[in-house]
Amino acid sequence: MGAENYNCNDCNSVNPYLPRIYKVKRVKRETHDTFTIEIFADGFRFMPGQFNMLYALVGEVPISISSDPADGKVISHTVRRVGHVTTALCSLNVGSSIGVRGPFGNPWPIREQEGNDVVIVAGGLGLAPLRPLIYYLLSNRGKYGRIFLLYGAKTPKDILYKNELSRWKARFDIDVYVTVDRADGRWHGNVGVVTSLIPRVHTDLMHSSAFICGPEVMMRFVARELINLGFNDERIFISMERNMKCALGICGHCQFGPEFICKDGPVLSYSRVARLLSIKEV
Amino acid sequence: MPSIVERDDFGAFFTVLRDMGYEIVGPRVRDSAIVYDRLGSVDDLPIGITDQQDKGFYRLMKRDDRALFGYTVGPHSWKMYLFPPRIRLFTAEMHGNGLSIVGEHYNPKKLAFIGVRACELHAIQIQDRIFLNGAFKDPVYESQRRNIFILAVNCTVSSSTCFCTSMGTGPKVGSGYDVVVTEVLKPRHQFLVDTATAVGDEVLSKVRHREASMEEVEHAMSMVEDNAKAVSMKRSIDTANIKELLYNSYESKRWDDVAERCLACANCTMVCPTCFCSTVEDVLDLKGEHAERWRLWDSCFSDEFTYIHSGSVRRSTAAKYRHWITHKLASWIDQFGTSGCVGCGRCITWCPVGIDITEEVKALQQLNKER
Repeated sequence: MGAENYNCNDCNSVNPYLPRIYKVKRVKRETHDTFTIEIFADGFRFMPGQFNMLYALVGEVPISISSDPADGKVISHTVRRVGHVTTALCSLNVGSSIGVRGPFGNPWPIREQEGNDVVIVAGGLGLAPLRPLIYYLLSNRGKYGRIFLLYGAKTPKDILYKNELSRWKARFDIDVYVTVDRADGRWHGNVGVVTSLIPRVHTDLMHSSAFICGPEVMMRFVARELINLGFNDERIFISMERNMKCALGICGHCQFGPEFICKDGPVLSYSRVARLLSIKEV
Repeated sequence: MPSIVERDDFGAFFTVLRDMGYEIVGPRVRDSAIVYDRLGSVDDLPIGITDQQDKGFYRLMKRDDRALFGYTVGPHSWKMYLFPPRIRLFTAEMHGNGLSIVGEHYNPKKLAFIGVRACELHAIQIQDRIFLNGAFKDPVYESQRRNIFILAVNCTVSSSTCFCTSMGTGPKVGSGYDVVVTEVLKPRHQFLVDTATAVGDEVLSKVRHREASMEEVEHAMSMVEDNAKAVSMKRSIDTANIKELLYNSYESKRWDDVAERCLACANCTMVCPTCFCSTVEDVLDLKGEHAERWRLWDSCFSDEFTYIHSGSVRRSTAAKYRHWITHKLASWIDQFGTSGCVGCGRCITWCPVGIDITEEVKALQQLNKER
């Protein structure tokens, strides 16, 4: 990855409303309702935490990029099938065309955290925008201190990226803890909300950074617990979600107070948005 | 030095501009309101007509003179030309696994805007910041923006809903025009005319005019100054620390009070000359092969505006109104370095229940003091 921030590979020179067309490599089923769409995107550069607008004739939706930023050939997007656009996306076949605009948005400020211990907290599908960050950290392992990954899913069936989680768990240079809200008979792991894993975190509090993604209420509770532990709120980062139509800061939909989540976010420091997060319906 | 154009020669602006290839748009009476539309000649202007405006109130009346610009702003604003209410962004075709997307070529007509008010020039400059000065340029806006001529008018009349003097946007035209005129009715019906651009000079050179005397300039300008005094006496906002006021008022009890009156009808956002929100509509043929993406004006008052999979973020009318006014008067400043309000008063006039942005600010200020 170069030093510059990548933003919308060529949107500035061409009409920024036009999707570029890519081919689908495969659509992998992750859980009963969640799929990872892999597309051939040779030379597509992005930073962990950025997102694309995916277009499938019936409409367009913002989806974070969930693949390894060092890949360079294939990018992937993990999509939950909840509406008509995501249903169309999840039904794409190998070799289908897909429209892509991006990458957009403010990435996880990972380089600024070099030398720090890193705590990653994900809830549900929130693991998707964090996966490129984990790949990046593991590729640049020597530049960071201890790394913790805390992941909470609703049930064992909702756990994403099971293969990667097993691989990461097997490593000695990252501590991975997974919990579920509701267990089934075959689950031998932790049960409880993801904040229940926070006591497992042991970092150098003066030099610790946290990256959180999940439902807003979960991010708020996790951030509060980390602050209670002694984390600096300026080094806690969250990734937010809002309705987006343009991803260019023009349509107005994604506003959160003064922030446009599409361009000032989706990644924001907790200190910047903590007050607004505590107010309903902003 | 400014010039004088006699009333009988004013129509030449229209013929000159048309000869230069411009389609002329400006105020005219339609459906009992002064709207912006194509103008064939100077006679299409609302001659001898004025408007009476108040909270939730708009009426046209006859004047006892033949003024061409003896009214203020109506429900339309120039954004309808620069930021069209409905426009196609692209067409897509799907054949088998092959998708092709064809963008639009925006070849807009050259438009001459006649009768642009000071507040409206500010509104255009505010929308320039949104559509042109960010990381991305909006190709629709940019293509039309490059192809307009602006004949601005200094306001010598005002409505009870005007508060441009509070916002520093009028009634005297500041910048961003090609030609500016001040209508003088007495002792003779004539126009004080000034130009700001080469194309403005070219247009004026083809219209019969003479140099204005100092007295003529002073006479015309005194009418604008008198109008400024009249505006500030009618309606005002104290803009000192207004950003902090709104940011500190997220949890004010005033929002529930507004919500009891507000219908969330979106009128204020449609008539506002700076509101820029849009949505997209994807249409697909029955075979699923041909699709089009259209952009439409949208409003932060709609439920769908903030919809994500778990529901809408702003469901209550209180939250919607809070977002609108906080954006307009506070977060806009952080986003674009300027207020989003130009004091034109349209949102006050066209609110069906007469919610008045200036009164709401005063109420918030009062509550803030009591805290």
